[in-house]
Amino acid sequence: MLLLSIKEIWKSFGGLTALRNISLDVKQGDIKALIGPNGAGKTTLLNIVSGIYQPDKGEVLFSGEKIVHLAPSKIAKKGISRTFQHVELFGNMTVLENIMVGRYAKTKAGFFSSGFKLPSVMREEREIQRKSEEILKDINLGHRKDEIASNLPIGEQRILEIGRALATEPCLVLLDEPAAGLNIKETRDLGEIIKKIRDELKITVVLVEHDMDLVMRISDSITVLNFGEVIAGGTPLEIQKNPEVIVAYLGEEEEVQGGYSAHP
Amino acid sequence: MLTVFLQFLFSGLTVGAVYALVAIGFNITYNATSIINLAQGEFVVIGGLMMWFFSESLKLPFFVSVALTIVTAGIVGLLMERLTIKPLKNADLLLMIMITIAVSIVLRGILMLSFGKEPYAYPAFTEGEPVNVYGAIIQQQALWVIGITGFCIVVLFLFFKKTMMGKAMLACAVNPTAAKLVGINVSQMVMFSFVLSAIVGAIGGMAITPISLMEYDKGPMLAVKGFCAAIMGGLGSNRGAVLGGFLIGVLESMTAGYIHSGSKDAVALVILLLILFLKPSGLFVSKTMLQLRKF
Amino acid sequence: MKKEDFLSLLVLIFLVVLLPAISGNTYTLTVGIFSGINALVAIGLCILMGYAGQVSLGQAGFYGIGAYISSVLSLHAGFPVVISIICGMIVAAFAAVILAVPALRLKGHYLAVATLGFGEIIYIILNEWGPGGPSGFGDIPHFGFFGYAIDSTRGYFYLIWGIVAIVMFFSINLIQSRTGRALRAIHDSELACNAMGLNVAGIKIKVFILSAVYASLAGSLYAHYVTFISPSSFSLFYSILVLMMVIVGGMTNLWGAIVGAVVITVLPELLRKFEELDVLVYGLILTLSLLFFRKGLVPILIDRIKKLRGFAVAKH
Repeated sequence: MLLLSIKEIWKSFGGLTALRNISLDVKQGDIKALIGPNGAGKTTLLNIVSGIYQPDKGEVLFSGEKIVHLAPSKIAKKGISRTFQHVELFGNMTVLENIMVGRYAKTKAGFFSSGFKLPSVMREEREIQRKSEEILKDINLGHRKDEIASNLPIGEQRILEIGRALATEPCLVLLDEPAAGLNIKETRDLGEIIKKIRDELKITVVLVEHDMDLVMRISDSITVLNFGEVIAGGTPLEIQKNPEVIVAYLGEEEEVQGGYSAHP
Repeated sequence: MLTVFLQFLFSGLTVGAVYALVAIGFNITYNATSIINLAQGEFVVIGGLMMWFFSESLKLPFFVSVALTIVTAGIVGLLMERLTIKPLKNADLLLMIMITIAVSIVLRGILMLSFGKEPYAYPAFTEGEPVNVYGAIIQQQALWVIGITGFCIVVLFLFFKKTMMGKAMLACAVNPTAAKLVGINVSQMVMFSFVLSAIVGAIGGMAITPISLMEYDKGPMLAVKGFCAAIMGGLGSNRGAVLGGFLIGVLESMTAGYIHSGSKDAVALVILLLILFLKPSGLFVSKTMLQLRKF
Repeated sequence: MKKEDFLSLLVLIFLVVLLPAISGNTYTLTVGIFSGINALVAIGLCILMGYAGQVSLGQAGFYGIGAYISSVLSLHAGFPVVISIICGMIVAAFAAVILAVPALRLKGHYLAVATLGFGEIIYIILNEWGPGGPSGFGDIPHFGFFGYAIDSTRGYFYLIWGIVAIVMFFSINLIQSRTGRALRAIHDSELACNAMGLNVAGIKIKVFILSAVYASLAGSLYAHYVTFISPSSFSLFYSILVLMMVIVGGMTNLWGAIVGAVVITVLPELLRKFEELDVLVYGLILTLSLLFFRKGLVPILIDRIKKLRGFAVAKH
């Protein structure tokens, strides 16, 4: 079943066309990777799916529903969550509190009931705390729960951001370069967590990444973007053999992280 | 009919000229630092009151008083920047807003202490009969106000467009790091922008006092109206600031004359809110400028 | 509720009960009453600024709405005082929505000036079209309910500070709840909040309404206490005064609002002799606080206490 369907999306910023007739599908239960050189438009596409940008043309269907003109918070409530290329944690709050904010949309204590400390509010609060601690344990950050988020090393910050995204109980999670700045061990751990998200929590994952080792190891399906266009799509094996993809990467000056092997 | 209209028009243009100068003052500091100096109105008051002090109290000759007033205003601007802006270099916006408010209160306090609460005035720059335009009586001083404002606008335009220093100041707000890398002393430019904006404000105060008198607490209202004029044209654009200033002055005058005199202050406020709510980037701003500007 | 806050609340109630007992002096109690009224406005602004990270230079507008609506309804329309006060709060809430919906899209300077403009417009409306115009009006009924009216200084002292205690209880609970977390999160990253499903705009508007309602309540209580009001009490100067209370006391801590309110209210009394200096002194205090005591009295005090505790632990 197609969970996410991106249909003929166009997006320009002033004179620059960032996305050109992009169409791609994400099957439910898949880990779909979105790769391509820097500037290819991957983050722009994520921003359109999550509602931060409005496309000039085209549509995005989530479980068959059109979501392109919805505000980001509405899209989040529909079941799409995400992380950001530059970590957007609540830096001045503790690790646990960051997760707890992720539970906001699933809870309902209002101003009045919170102010007067009604028993229903206290119960909900205890539940938020319990659920959040559970998530922290799942992502192996339980020992950090009272630390200030901005004090964590970058690897743990990225994991925390994923944990926060999970707290919203999404059907689909968009991860924007979660391995950026991580070493080999941290990247392996990240891979395990992403697989756990799909296998145990049954959440579909869209992963924007540059680390080819990670991408090839865990993705079910890959779409390659270059200069705002889809140039290839398929399984990891197919993509590795695709000549256009190889040209797109080898033609750039940028360094590719990890251990990507260009030999078929 | 025409006479009455022209009368209101000219009084509007006169007071609008001062708003335009306040607005330009805002732009000068904003262009160099991205800070909006809410004490801008106090410089106008300083201009008027110090001019009185030098010319009426110390009985110094006209041009000497003008020069001394300008110097005083410049020094106040300098002190403000060195003592309160520079120390807070990397503070967040909220703090910067508050410190300029705090300084405006301090300045007002000093003015109140020195001059009391009464209004002050001194004779117009030139003696002579008012000018008659289709029956509307226009005082010579009003022409001075409009003329001096026009002169300042031209001078500042040339300064920012043609001189190295002017361009350097603009560069500082756009990208301070890049400015430093090409050898611009950003810190000095910031200081100079405060000095310049203080002088511009004071000139407005000096010119308008013979007509509408000056009191210690006129600052905040001038600042609000001047700010309104500044954002009308898009913050940072002097062309817009001037248009905005005159427009507000005239609208105010027309409202007071034709509708209800008590609400004239409300005119600028309502316009301000409408612009902020509907088009904060300014009325006279082109699409490309919109995309380049951030607020 | 956290231990420290609960204890502080008890201390507050204790002091409130104690003060009239030690010093039945009407003057002291009156200063105390005004401190309490100002504290109510300050608490609202503190939540808005310190937690939600928004700025408002227009609280005097809501304060004035509360005072005028409540007075007019109870004096001219014969409404019971408590109902009039509630009506004032409702009107203030509406005004807050009208201001907040467009204004909260703005940031920093623009928001500050928009709220300033709002406050000034309210002032002009009161000045031009309020009963009595610039001279104001009097004969406002004292606070009372079910026929029992409060007309003694002592009575008002207990009333005002009793309300402050209740409002603090409510506010502390709010800050420590999911709402408080949301506010602090919004302060750190609105982008992430929206992505997590928080309706950031909606939450900001609600907090704005909250601060407006607190200010309106304070304004109504003020009116029914002094029984005579005029627009001059509801000008920009008051908005700035409240801002000072929050900054001096410390905007990241609710107790700072109370401390700041007391300090700023007591100050002019100490400067009685030097009336011409008052504006200057206010300005200097604000400037020096911003330059050197940015965090505010209460947070700085808490830091000191923590350091001392740290030393005590280290010594062992």
